[in-house]
Amino acid sequence: MTDYLWLLVALPLAGAVVNLFIGRRLGEKVAGWFGFGIVAAAFLIAFFAGVGFLGGDKLAETVLFFSWIPSVGADVAFLWDPLSVLLTLIVTGVGALIHLYSIGYMHGDARFPRFFAFLNLFIASMLILVLASNYALMFVGWELVGLSSYLLISFWFEKPSAAAAGKKAFIVNRIGDWGFLVALMIIFATFGTFDFQTIFAETPVLFGVGAGTITAITLLLFVGAAGKSAQIPLYIWLPDAMEGPTPVSALIHAATMVTAGVFMIARSAVLFDYAPTTAAIVAVVGAATALLAAVIAVAQTDIKKVLAYSTISQLGYMVLAVGVGAYSAGLFHLTTHAFFKALLFLGAGSVIHALAGEQDMRRMGGLRKVMPVTFITMGIAWLSIAGIIPFSGFWSKDEILAATFAKGGWWIGLWAIGIVVALITAFYMTRLFVMTFLGDSRAPEGVHPHESPATMTTPLIILAVFSAGIGGLNTPWQLVFEHYLEPAFAGVMHPAEAEFSTLFWLGAVALLVAVTGIVIAWRRYGRAELPAEDGSFWTNALGAFGVDDFYGRWIVAPGRRVAEWWASVFDPKVIDGGVHGIARLVTGSGDELRILQSGQVRWYASGVAIASVVLLVLFLILGGAF
Amino acid sequence: MGETITFIIFAAVAIAGAATMLMARNPVYSAVGLLSTMFAIAILYILLDAHLVAVVQVIIYAGAVMTLFLFVIMLIGVDRPGAYGERPLSQRIMTGVVAVGFFAALALAGRQAWVTGSSAFGAPDLNGTIETVADELFGTWTIVFLATVILLTIAALGTIALAYFDQDAEEEGAS
Amino acid sequence: MTVTVTWYLLLGAALFSMGVAGVMIRRNALIMFMSIELMLNSVNLTFVAISKDLGLIEGQVAALFVMVIAAAEVTIGLAIIVAIFRKKASANVDELAELKG
Repeated sequence: MTDYLWLLVALPLAGAVVNLFIGRRLGEKVAGWFGFGIVAAAFLIAFFAGVGFLGGDKLAETVLFFSWIPSVGADVAFLWDPLSVLLTLIVTGVGALIHLYSIGYMHGDARFPRFFAFLNLFIASMLILVLASNYALMFVGWELVGLSSYLLISFWFEKPSAAAAGKKAFIVNRIGDWGFLVALMIIFATFGTFDFQTIFAETPVLFGVGAGTITAITLLLFVGAAGKSAQIPLYIWLPDAMEGPTPVSALIHAATMVTAGVFMIARSAVLFDYAPTTAAIVAVVGAATALLAAVIAVAQTDIKKVLAYSTISQLGYMVLAVGVGAYSAGLFHLTTHAFFKALLFLGAGSVIHALAGEQDMRRMGGLRKVMPVTFITMGIAWLSIAGIIPFSGFWSKDEILAATFAKGGWWIGLWAIGIVVALITAFYMTRLFVMTFLGDSRAPEGVHPHESPATMTTPLIILAVFSAGIGGLNTPWQLVFEHYLEPAFAGVMHPAEAEFSTLFWLGAVALLVAVTGIVIAWRRYGRAELPAEDGSFWTNALGAFGVDDFYGRWIVAPGRRVAEWWASVFDPKVIDGGVHGIARLVTGSGDELRILQSGQVRWYASGVAIASVVLLVLFLILGGAF
Repeated sequence: MGETITFIIFAAVAIAGAATMLMARNPVYSAVGLLSTMFAIAILYILLDAHLVAVVQVIIYAGAVMTLFLFVIMLIGVDRPGAYGERPLSQRIMTGVVAVGFFAALALAGRQAWVTGSSAFGAPDLNGTIETVADELFGTWTIVFLATVILLTIAALGTIALAYFDQDAEEEGAS
Repeated sequence: MTVTVTWYLLLGAALFSMGVAGVMIRRNALIMFMSIELMLNSVNLTFVAISKDLGLIEGQVAALFVMVIAAAEVTIGLAIIVAIFRKKASANVDELAELKG
């Protein structure tokens, strides 16, 4: 079955090409279902090829396609192990559902086929990233994913804000990519290859724990991850990325692309094992990001912005997990988050679609009567992300917090932050849910919300089922998920394990905190009149604490001034001046030399005569006549 | 002795004729000056035993070429003196320098012989009669001779062409 | 004192220089042309003189050839001057500056 792995990337790429060139002729229906069918086929291939790993005895395989740069160990080859299978299934599974959803959501858009082409391109890119067997190929996928993100965010490029958002995402990502690239250079200089298995086998041999080289590599890798996974200080692009169509937000900025950073750290687990300093930094940044984003999310009024900051916050949880060394916990949260965040975004899209483009929650309300399917499915997602038992979010979030707590010492401070974030998460998600679905409708006149078509509600239902049930994969009693991933983390140190009783109490505390948050929000926002949100806290949080302005003033503006200086002073004066100067030199000397061309015969004759005399004298001298 | 005196006299005539040619205002005077120079040179040829060349010089150069010159001068009507202005001084100086330079270079080049005062001509009796020259001309240099024939033909044709085309153009321009 | 070849050569050089001066200094096209003829003549003189000095007849042959060519050249040259004069009514070479750069 692994013979067909190349189809995983080839099919979406082919789909992208087809939709790009003849999509218009295919028509909306065909283009859309074709795009969906491609990704669904990819999912099935991945499933049948990867199901063998569940038993735990299938070995990881490297499927080589062709040698790309053999001297640096960069081949076009896929590493097919439990980790890549997991991500592949998530990407293609959630991706297929979102393709299906987009058929309904993007109906009537002028560039419908191109949307599906870009979505397919993204799937292909993400799969390259996930399946790569070496850092070089992973970086190729990394960059392609960034490109796809840019194309999709600025899909409605006629809107200047969308175009600017796409640019911002790409540029901020680029800063992260710089870190990744420098890390790659050091990796190559140290190991002489990019191949994962070679590097991970060499690391214990060459280095001891805490070696400087490995710390440098991992720190720079984390810079790259911070760019893609929207951690401090490179998260600013994600809220702006909400300019893209909602399916894009669901797929890329919730379920898949933003998790690439977490995936990359998990893939490099061996390296991070040998750099505890970096791991600590990673965990701290993750926790801080989770906290900051959650606080900002509390005050947002745009439903998509709330979800965007929520994504940043949950990514912070995942980053905290891998920083603590609990890789399977982080990946489990990645999985559950993929489902319930995608569901939340798609549901929000359903709401926006029903309200004819309205995104401000202050003008929503009372939608539960009109959109029952959306209401129920989003309700499941809400409970999941808030961390209510038995939904999946509870189990995954709890595992992360337990692993953090179990490390003891100052790590408990991070646990405390995690608990606070859980409280705030429950609070703002309840706020969102209540403002959107409960109470009376605050929609303006003429807006008649209705339930979305089946192509949009079916994915919601499927995702809701998973959001609810997938928690069963990794309960403390049945660590199916962890066992499944074990082969992929064979050489890595295990995170600290807590006793079952500790787990129980930690879980109880988390649950209590979540319920508290829900109750507070419910009572505050469940009233007939929305409470006023105009204190200084609310205003600052709404403005994301001015981080964007800070960057703009201290980084962007000076950079722009430098660029302007170069453009207005250096370029015209020095470079243009040089070029013009050469031209002037030529014309000037031409003007001077023109005198020789007097057109006068006698002048020419004189010239000949003088030259003859000179030559004659010269020859006579050379001939020794004098 | 007689040879020396003859040489000196006719050399002087040649120089004088050349000077006239250079400096006369009236072009006709210049032509006559050149004519006399050519005659003088013809005499010098005789002194050098180049009898054929001397005669040809008189017939062709003095007889045809200078006559042609005079025809054209008359035809064009530039025989009025003073039709052209003065030369600027700088040009005159430059010309003088160049001319003197030429002469000096050439003279200095041959000064060994000049200083040492080599003897008389190496081959005192060259006998430049028709027979001798013809033997050379039609013997060794046949092809060159034929080429000059072609050259003259082409020159004649070219002159006719110039005259005719010019006439045609004038007629068209007038009509 | 006898006449040596050097005398003839010097005379030739002097005539040649005067011809050069004539070409450079006179504006009348016809006189320029005559100066050129003078130069050719001086060269002829040199040829013949050296021919006598070396005892070779080729010098005189060369002089003959030069005369032929000079004749042909005069023909064409005068025809051109006449043609120009028809156009411009002047034989002043200074006015023939159409190739001015």
